[in-house]
Amino acid sequence: MEKFEKITGIVAPMDRANVDTDAIIPKQFLKSIQRSGFGPNLFDEWRYLDVGEPGQDCSQRPLNPDFVLNQPRYQGASILLARENFGCGSSREHAPWALLDDGFRVIIAPSFADIFYNNCFKNSILPIVLDEETVDRLFREVAATEGYELTVDLPAQTITTPGGEEIPFEVDEFRKYCLLNGLDDIGLTLQHVDDIRAYEERRKQEAPWLFETG
Amino acid sequence: MAGKTLYDKLWEQHVVRTQEDGTCLLYIDRQLIHEVTSPQAFEGLRLAGRRPWRATANLATPDHNVPTNPEDRHGGVEAIHDPVSRLQVQTLDRNCEEFAIPEFHINDPRQGIVHVVGPEEGVTLPGMTVVCGDSHTSTHGALGALAHGIGTSEVEHVLATQCLIQAKSKNMRVRVEGRVGPGVTAKDIVLAIIGEIGTAGGTGYAIEFAGQAIRDLSIEGRMTVCNMAIEAGARAGMVAVDEKTIDYVKGRPFAPKPEHWERAVAAWRELHSDDDAVFDREVVIDAAGIQPQVTWGTSPEMVVPVGARVPDPAAEVDPVKAEGMRRALDYMGLAAGTPITEISVDKVFIGSCTNSRIEDLRAAAAVAKGRKVAGNVKQALVVPGSGLVKRQAEEEGLDRVFIEAGFEWREPGCSMCLAMNADRLEPGERCASTSNRNFEGRQGAGGRTHLVSPAMAAAAAVSGRFVDVREL
Repeated sequence: MEKFEKITGIVAPMDRANVDTDAIIPKQFLKSIQRSGFGPNLFDEWRYLDVGEPGQDCSQRPLNPDFVLNQPRYQGASILLARENFGCGSSREHAPWALLDDGFRVIIAPSFADIFYNNCFKNSILPIVLDEETVDRLFREVAATEGYELTVDLPAQTITTPGGEEIPFEVDEFRKYCLLNGLDDIGLTLQHVDDIRAYEERRKQEAPWLFETG
Repeated sequence: MAGKTLYDKLWEQHVVRTQEDGTCLLYIDRQLIHEVTSPQAFEGLRLAGRRPWRATANLATPDHNVPTNPEDRHGGVEAIHDPVSRLQVQTLDRNCEEFAIPEFHINDPRQGIVHVVGPEEGVTLPGMTVVCGDSHTSTHGALGALAHGIGTSEVEHVLATQCLIQAKSKNMRVRVEGRVGPGVTAKDIVLAIIGEIGTAGGTGYAIEFAGQAIRDLSIEGRMTVCNMAIEAGARAGMVAVDEKTIDYVKGRPFAPKPEHWERAVAAWRELHSDDDAVFDREVVIDAAGIQPQVTWGTSPEMVVPVGARVPDPAAEVDPVKAEGMRRALDYMGLAAGTPITEISVDKVFIGSCTNSRIEDLRAAAAVAKGRKVAGNVKQALVVPGSGLVKRQAEEEGLDRVFIEAGFEWREPGCSMCLAMNADRLEPGERCASTSNRNFEGRQGAGGRTHLVSPAMAAAAAVSGRFVDVREL
């Protein structure tokens, strides 16, 4: 996993609540057995005027000019500003894969759905929860200033606005540590093989039916 | 010291170790696997040269991509027309073979939707931790298990270590007190709950469903309720073990062997919240006030009783919510103030991990019996949740009832719940669906979904529009 330290990037606004993972990456693209290549299909039904199918050359498809991410001013954005309950619905990790593949490394919202939030950290995307008032203000500032950029500093846990204001944010210590070091969770867990084996031995005595094989 | 909640007990029984920051390594008893969210996990194992920690703790079956029309299904994997879907199912077969994961193949009579198959086989049991790369894994909480959906990275993590790195959720209890009236089902109860607490109301919580109306439900009904916990934002939903739970599990193929049965039952009887347990949030709902529900918008919280009208965004004070309502009405092609019973439907879908079990099919068949699908309904699908549900329904003659009424009787799979196979809505088509999500495009790009119970879906099919099933 790629390390995450400090990122400065253009902010794109996604001004709607309850954006679900079906919208982030529609079902037909989940047929892929790869982990990459989902970027061009991010928000597919909103982004294009036609119905997308896997394996298409998306550069030839008609873009929806009204969709926010298609506006020239947000090209190259790496920070997504969103509303409450972002990423709700399906557990598909294809959603953070698509966001990452399209260049997003940070998502800021008043709240996230649990599974999506968790999936982000497994893919070097930092989801940041800020209070609704601050998110509202950022939406206004982004709309008012073309090329609006934020700097997100994970070690310092701060977001810096173009005006120099520093907004602090919370992140779980363990998740921060994994993101900063680009750590593979499985490798970390396998450091505790003895604990897992000891647990299993105890459970086989307490609840042997859990280890029957049918 | 306060007593423990059901969730506290299930959690504590599975903690392998606790880190300094409180994050736990949680042991996973059972992982269910399907073709869509597993290929990248198996590829990860291969790249790292890892093997599954305990292969037989997993069970795989293809469900999302499989064709449900009998002609295509007969030919097995090779007969899947869409080459991308076919490759995904073939990849599951290959991975399960390579890593020695037990699998019910496409035409195994036990194949079906993972969340129907697990409880039906006794593969998921009370007291277990159950995960799957699918958000509707919360279904299994109906048995008094701790069950939730995970992403593909975590599927790989569980395969490799039999554990998950987890932070504990908060406790919420939703008590549905009193009794529901006739014609009001588990689906109506859970839609009413979501309407009450909202689609993010359970975010950060594990929800225990309790109260008279929940205890009165069958285990299958409780599965319908727990299935949609995720639609209220909670990863895990659960119901305490009672005699119904134990009767349900008894005799299932993977249930505890006779020499362990009594010990297992004794342990399961402890799986309830203590009387003095404290919940971080508690919601009480009056069962008697719940009517058959119909969603009108593009989020499961956009739901009203069948006798109501489509709400007006102008009456909403929160501007973000009002804008969401306007967008939803626009997408759904509905005007505020329209009576729900004046909305006609183009298609009907009875199926999905929410509502494809035998009791669901019986409820729908009871409405369909002796009636005909209305002329304006282009297609009415009945898709059983598993091969065994299908067989049982055929033994009871339900297939004949549906076919005579003009429904199509299909082979098991996820089908039109998410339209990864050929079963889907065309742009603009409106569907009465027993599934769990009415998101934009969920059942096909541009498709319009209204979530209802199986009886209400059958009633819509024979009426050509939404009607109150109690008035048929």
